[in-house]
Amino acid sequence: MSDTYNALAHFAQSWGLIYFFVVFVAVVVFVMWPSRRRRYEEASKIPLQED
Amino acid sequence: MADAPLPVKRMTFGEAGVAAALAILAVAALIITGRSTDAGYTFHAFLFTIASALAVLLIVNRYMSRPAELPPREIDGRPNYNMGPVKFATIASLFWGVAGFLVGLVIALQLAFPVLNFDLPWFSFGRMRPLHTSAVIFAFGGNALLATSLYVVQRTSRARLVGDLAPWFVVLGYNFFIVIAGTGYLLGITQSKEYAEPEWYADLWLTVVWVVYFLVFLGTIMKRREPHIYVANWFFIAFILTVAVLHLGNGAAVPVSIFSPKSYIIWAGVQDAMIQWWYGHNAVGFFLTAGFLGIMYYFIPKRAERPVYSYRLSVVHFWALIFLYIWAGPHHLHYTALPDWAQTLGMTFSVMLWMPSWGGMINGLMTLSGAWDKLRTDPVLRMMVVSVAFYGMSTFEGPLMSVKVVNSLSHYTDWTIGHVHSGALGWVGYISFGAIYCLVPWLWNKKGLYSLKLVNWHFWLSSLGIVLYISSMWVAGILQGLMWRAYTSLGFLEFSFVETVEAMNPFYLIRALGGLLFIAGVALMVINIWLTITTDRYEELPEARPAAAPAG
Repeated sequence: MSDTYNALAHFAQSWGLIYFFVVFVAVVVFVMWPSRRRRYEEASKIPLQED
Repeated sequence: MADAPLPVKRMTFGEAGVAAALAILAVAALIITGRSTDAGYTFHAFLFTIASALAVLLIVNRYMSRPAELPPREIDGRPNYNMGPVKFATIASLFWGVAGFLVGLVIALQLAFPVLNFDLPWFSFGRMRPLHTSAVIFAFGGNALLATSLYVVQRTSRARLVGDLAPWFVVLGYNFFIVIAGTGYLLGITQSKEYAEPEWYADLWLTVVWVVYFLVFLGTIMKRREPHIYVANWFFIAFILTVAVLHLGNGAAVPVSIFSPKSYIIWAGVQDAMIQWWYGHNAVGFFLTAGFLGIMYYFIPKRAERPVYSYRLSVVHFWALIFLYIWAGPHHLHYTALPDWAQTLGMTFSVMLWMPSWGGMINGLMTLSGAWDKLRTDPVLRMMVVSVAFYGMSTFEGPLMSVKVVNSLSHYTDWTIGHVHSGALGWVGYISFGAIYCLVPWLWNKKGLYSLKLVNWHFWLSSLGIVLYISSMWVAGILQGLMWRAYTSLGFLEFSFVETVEAMNPFYLIRALGGLLFIAGVALMVINIWLTITTDRYEELPEARPAAAPAG
């Protein structure tokens, strides 16, 4: 019981942390990639479009 | 395919299928009505019978009077939006809002004047309180989310809602669930899980409705003409999907019998408590936050006529928000049987949540950059901006209260109630009011609201009400917390519990006054919306006058 707990806690505190951090960095890099600027500027105006 | 024959009028698979399913449900519910021994359950089974039979009649009647062809998805290359269900949900939101706020006022007064319980089980605080919370969160807030999400997904995808009956099934089915839930509380039918009180049969019905909602929403996005999926839709998808998962996880129960309203939750002990607050906190995170952020991301840019301040920020804070929120639940169980590490984990994620929450607030507020002058002239925009300010405030307060040391003072006190209401009245209430003020003239093809002066009065009355409400609850809560932990020099508790209750009385009165002012504002809103729909009079927005830039 306590071994399972320790193993899980260890996994969460090491690999879990790294996983979350890598995902976060990946999202930021993806979003900030310079070539995506135009696309996001267009997207930010979607509510203002009339059809 | 050259010369197509005239279309033959046939019932669609959907019409026939839904009518058949509802007919079977009507018969089954009738049998249960006859066999049940619980008065409340008999009443509910009877409601199911009546509602299903009525729905079958409506479907057949609609089929008889409709043309052979279903409404086209586009007319002359422009999307043929389906706004009927949106209109229904908008009105339902206002209706349930008034009901839910009034019940809130009654229970606030019950705390100050216990005689108002009337010694009747149906009107006791214990049954009225879930009626209030469900009415404002799920009935008022839920219908506001249905209306805005079904509107926004059509406009930002430039596509008609998919499904013929499905969108109507969603809004009508959801409101039927509300009726079953609300009447059940008063009759004493509850599974005693906070914010998840409805019993198994209501839960099953809601599951069906919710899955259809998700399919309608996703289907509309898949048929979109706009290549990009706008960020508001991401928030709505997160809201619908996560609420489905939460509802299934926390509602997992085994009924005693099909002829009984009673069921037993499959989780036990502290695991049950953890599942409950995993559900409870994410109802806040995904229903009351992600869903309403979806509203913010459409209605504030639209009303301010400015693009979203930073679309990149919206993407980052969206993913951060949904990744972090799901872990925050354990902060509701500090200093309980829950393992210490789980409490600390809940607290840590709650504190981290501060960042994505403020990302949303900054993005909402800064969307006004270049249009700040509109705050002076447009009371609807002012309402939505104040809403975002309340969002920022309550998402600062929340992480603070999740810290164990602070929680040891705040937990179980009225501070929590104050915190919830700064989020509920300020954030959820004001962004919904703002969205409805925008939606009604658009949906009913009016040039504007009947009166902006009334919106102004609504804003100031309700704002004063919120300030009275939350400040009285802060004082009450901290006083309560300090009294509970006060010891004499001999090590005895200084105050008996009843003394702490007595000390709350003046604050309960101030809180009730705050609630009354909030409702007074909403009453003006109802009049204004009613006159906007029924008359053609409207008040034009004064021309915004941006401050002149100094000559450089």
